[in-house]
Amino acid sequence: MTRQLIAGLRAVLLATVVLGLAYPLLMTGFAQVAVPGRADGSLVTSADGTVVGSSLLGQGFVSADGSPLAQYFQSRPSAGDWDGAASGGSNLGPSSSELAEAVASRRAEVASFNGVPESQVPDDAVTTSASGLDPGISPAYAAIQVERVAAARGVSPADVEALVEQATHGRDLGFIGAPGVDVLDLNLALDRAFG
Amino acid sequence: MGSAAAGWLQLGLLVVALAVVHRPLGDWMARVFTAQQHWRVEKLTYRLVGVDAGAEQRWPTYLRSVLTFSLVGVLVLYALQRLQGLLPLGNGMAAVEPANAWNTAISFVTNTNWQGYAGESTMGHLVQMAGLAVQNFVSAAVGLAVLVALVRGFVRRGTDRLGNAWVDITRAVVRLLLPLAVLATVVLVLGGVVQNLRAGGDVTTLTGGSQFVPGGPVASQEAIKELGTNGGGFYNANSAHPFEGPTAWVSLFQVFLMLVIPFSLPRTFGKMVGDRTQGLAILGVMGLLAGISLALVNAFQAGALPEGQEVRFGGPLSSLFAASTTLTSTGAVNSMHDSYTPLGGMVTLFNMMLGEVAPGGVGSGLYGMLVLAVVAVFVAGLMVGRTPEYLGKKLGRREMTLASLYLLTTPAIVLTGTAIAIAVPAGQAGMLNSGPHGLSEVLYAFTSAGNNNGSAFAGLSANTPFYNTALGLAMVLGRFVPIILVVALAGKLAAQGKVPVTTGTLPTHRPLFAGLLTAVVLVVVGLTYFPVLALGPLAEGLS
Repeated sequence: MTRQLIAGLRAVLLATVVLGLAYPLLMTGFAQVAVPGRADGSLVTSADGTVVGSSLLGQGFVSADGSPLAQYFQSRPSAGDWDGAASGGSNLGPSSSELAEAVASRRAEVASFNGVPESQVPDDAVTTSASGLDPGISPAYAAIQVERVAAARGVSPADVEALVEQATHGRDLGFIGAPGVDVLDLNLALDRAFG
Repeated sequence: MGSAAAGWLQLGLLVVALAVVHRPLGDWMARVFTAQQHWRVEKLTYRLVGVDAGAEQRWPTYLRSVLTFSLVGVLVLYALQRLQGLLPLGNGMAAVEPANAWNTAISFVTNTNWQGYAGESTMGHLVQMAGLAVQNFVSAAVGLAVLVALVRGFVRRGTDRLGNAWVDITRAVVRLLLPLAVLATVVLVLGGVVQNLRAGGDVTTLTGGSQFVPGGPVASQEAIKELGTNGGGFYNANSAHPFEGPTAWVSLFQVFLMLVIPFSLPRTFGKMVGDRTQGLAILGVMGLLAGISLALVNAFQAGALPEGQEVRFGGPLSSLFAASTTLTSTGAVNSMHDSYTPLGGMVTLFNMMLGEVAPGGVGSGLYGMLVLAVVAVFVAGLMVGRTPEYLGKKLGRREMTLASLYLLTTPAIVLTGTAIAIAVPAGQAGMLNSGPHGLSEVLYAFTSAGNNNGSAFAGLSANTPFYNTALGLAMVLGRFVPIILVVALAGKLAAQGKVPVTTGTLPTHRPLFAGLLTAVVLVVVGLTYFPVLALGPLAEGLS
């Protein structure tokens, strides 16, 4: 038994060195040489060159008191307040009254904020994502926000729509996943175009 | 293109990819475990570990090697977590709490990867890569070793030797898991999964707020997490986190990674027993069960709110991931199962209750299915009044005792654990949702732990002394009791001679037997779990 234990200990230590240190460090080296931008989290910068986040991570486009800013496209609601140190979903089940109430009140808010009837508010606008950091919204949710953003910025809806189109991705390879609009990329483009 | 058509196409691509890869990979795995020659790097490993690679082991010795290796793994992983504050690359994180550290150590060594903690706020990079990811490799290797021992039990005649556990574990890592993980990491990195050693830090957002952007060697861990059917996320949101699952095609690739070894192993099995059709029959049963399950999840999730889902993945890919992660023993998620419709969530629960055999975890899925095949042969034998035989081995009283105990172990753990948890205040306190959905949360936790899956109805607050202890126990028993029974069964089978095939032998490679095996799986599991499913998800879904 002691012999087996010693062999076990040596095996675990050897595995730790090879699989736990050499493998991830070599892979990190490869990633940092091959695609440094992606390996570091696809960080994006604003017009003045400061890092404002990651194009992969959603953020809240809200004022200091938490109310949505009309000049920016809004992300989906986040169960973790877009905190990158606390990813996760609401975990509320479909029979939860808490979820039903939250969805109803969000639907009313989104409808009035964008000046559209509640029936036009898509489901992704009123539900929280799995990660709390969803960078995307559905093209339908982007569409109902165009008029509001254009009005807040005093530009024509057609110009805003053109930028939405640029930030929209279809399904990968045409059939994998679902289409979406990258909100941070879109808002950065808006700031670049209209100041 | 409509959502449904796109869903079919992405499933089609996955099936084609698995079909193309399973032959060469299955054949390669058979060679890995039957080749006479040791590679030079393996010889070096045996010297450093201090084992005699040429010595074949009897079943008790084989078992002891597997168990002590796992025991040491738990102790080392526990120590690493407790010492995190003193070691480099800890990102300033303190030592993990003892109860949580035990639970996590057990969780990763048993190939469960149940997580009572949130990765980004609990585990520094060193523990993630040198602790958790190491067990992702070796726990999968242990599963393969146990499977190979069982297959050798069927193949060998009149011997008390099953091979050498150290050799099997080493080869599983050196010739299979590590090379595949390197390839997978490259793909994931190119797809945008992060791979760095940054501790992460706050950035000022576009609107002047502050957001923490985490770092970490994620891709290298993600690769083996899916390949080894482990499933423990680097971050709390697991593969739904944009840094773990940045795009839809990466998520689909992750589904491929978790299925590729389990679906290739029947080919390995067929090759090793010298009859490829035996492997095909098993593969057919696995594929049929998986197909039914996937169809049901999709049907029950149709039109559901996207609560707990990511826009870039969409409904069909979320359902595909959910079905795959529970049909294997992975437990990674790209959407939150707790927010699924009652019946959609029930199917993921049922997948795990099947014992994760369609196709199941790396190694563990096929050894579970082979035990079920033994039971199916026995049932057929009872029907026609013949001594049951499978692959030329008589299934007598001792063999059937071991197989029956195997089938009873996990349900006993799951149902007893759930019953205790809903009976005591400490267990009730953890539920987020009330009523039947609350019961589903607890049932899901014990099903996940007992079957070594690791996914969760994550509303359950499981990082409490009660759940850390109870689920830790469920994981240990759910992993090692079946392993003990399987290796013992392998020993008994290897000791037998070979019964010649006669006209009275039940052909176990024909559709008739595949159908019988499917029925046995469904009936045994259905009858065991129906009462509790009726109280939980069924009650919620029908109300």
